[in-house]
Amino acid sequence: MAAQLKPNMFKGKVSLGTSIISTTFDGGVVMAADTRTSAGVYIVDRHTDKVKKLTDNIYVCESGSAADTEAIADYVSYYLEHQAMEIDEAPRVATAAKLVSGFIYPNKDYLMASMLVAGYDKYEKGSIYALSLGGTMVKQKWAISGSGSTYIYGYCDSVWKENMNKDEAVQFCLNALTRATFRDGYSGGFIRVCVITKDGVYRKSHKVDIEYDNLKGDL
Amino acid sequence: MASVGVGYDLGASTYSPAGRVFQVEYAGKAVDNSGTVIGIRCQDGVVLGVEKLIRNKMLVTNSYRRIFTTSMSSGLAIGGLLPDGRQLVNRARDEASSYKTNFGIAIPGKVLSQRIAMYVHAYTEYWHLRPFGVSSLLGVYDDSDLGAQLYMIEPSGECLRYFGIAVGKGSQQARVQLEKLNFDTITAKEGAIKIAEIIYQLHDEVKDKPFELELSWICDASNKKHQFVPKELLDEAIAAGKKAAEDDDSEDEDDDDDANMNDNQ
Repeated sequence: MAAQLKPNMFKGKVSLGTSIISTTFDGGVVMAADTRTSAGVYIVDRHTDKVKKLTDNIYVCESGSAADTEAIADYVSYYLEHQAMEIDEAPRVATAAKLVSGFIYPNKDYLMASMLVAGYDKYEKGSIYALSLGGTMVKQKWAISGSGSTYIYGYCDSVWKENMNKDEAVQFCLNALTRATFRDGYSGGFIRVCVITKDGVYRKSHKVDIEYDNLKGDL
Repeated sequence: MASVGVGYDLGASTYSPAGRVFQVEYAGKAVDNSGTVIGIRCQDGVVLGVEKLIRNKMLVTNSYRRIFTTSMSSGLAIGGLLPDGRQLVNRARDEASSYKTNFGIAIPGKVLSQRIAMYVHAYTEYWHLRPFGVSSLLGVYDDSDLGAQLYMIEPSGECLRYFGIAVGKGSQQARVQLEKLNFDTITAKEGAIKIAEIIYQLHDEVKDKPFELELSWICDASNKKHQFVPKELLDEAIAAGKKAAEDDDSEDEDDDDDANMNDNQ
């Protein structure tokens, strides 16, 4: 009897229905994410920070189950910290990505985590690794993920170009996430942007400009 | 060696009153009795060379190896007991491959050397194990700021980075010769030839058995991969070595070739 009274909206796990994006540009990488965490139709957090720091030079965008991604990010940042002490320099983005896939792949039946690991190191400069549900690790020049990403593949494919400058890259991320949030019910709030270059990290939040007229036109 | 550790040398877990661990020192003697091993850290890479004393004339040339590849860009040369050395090589290979699996990058030189050193050191702590009778020379060429690196791991577990180092029978004189080199300018090719010259000069034909020269490098010319030096360079090094030995001899000595069996390399 009591079980029947439980409203449907509380049945879902807390999930990061999400839109996340990352792109390289001439000088580093830009990462951006929406800020909505939902459990079914209930918005648990409308100002989530889905761009987590792994090290000073490497950040990760999280999508999927919030608990899973946070647990993975905690472990990985712990291992990276130790490795940084051992090698006596900043860890590489490739290493961070390998560690994340080292968690997802062996536990693929139990985890639901899809993450974008991006950052700047002196070997590869700015680089992005997309880690998908099964643990695949792919290095990409730009990447999108999360429930909202499905709506913007066409847009991103047609608009993305190589060697953007920093402002163009940030605008690309904002435009893409605006369109994703526009259509995806599980994405929303505002947009958090993180820019990583050799000089450091710069973070800013942007309101979503959702007037339909403003979505038309080119980048 | 003057002092004998009476009563304090039965196990590696015992210090002497003077603060020495005799078993570890005795392990060092095993190294001192083996063929000379030399390593030089050059501007563009690392070169390793071994004077392999051939105990038995029936040995198939080149079947007896003392330099081993431990990862794409690193190699280990063994001075001392070879079976002990092979254990270290296996351990180094495991460390390198597991590092790559976990962290996605080639193991940096300073990490690999520390892993080998910690392993060697572990065997100096227990009474029921004996220390490794091996001094190993690790050459690494990674993409860190350090570039080419040469480490020596001693039986005590001590691990230091060197410009040039030698262990084994002729190590005292070899080290004197190494100190004369200009490490700011020496290239891997010059280093290979120099090692051959030193080994040939130091080899005592009367007291020692015939020997074989083994030379390997990790350098720009080999694309930062650890490999045995190309045949042309090996021949050139052997020729230079023989000449250096002749020039060195103040008296006439046999020049015949059964002093070294490198002909079929």
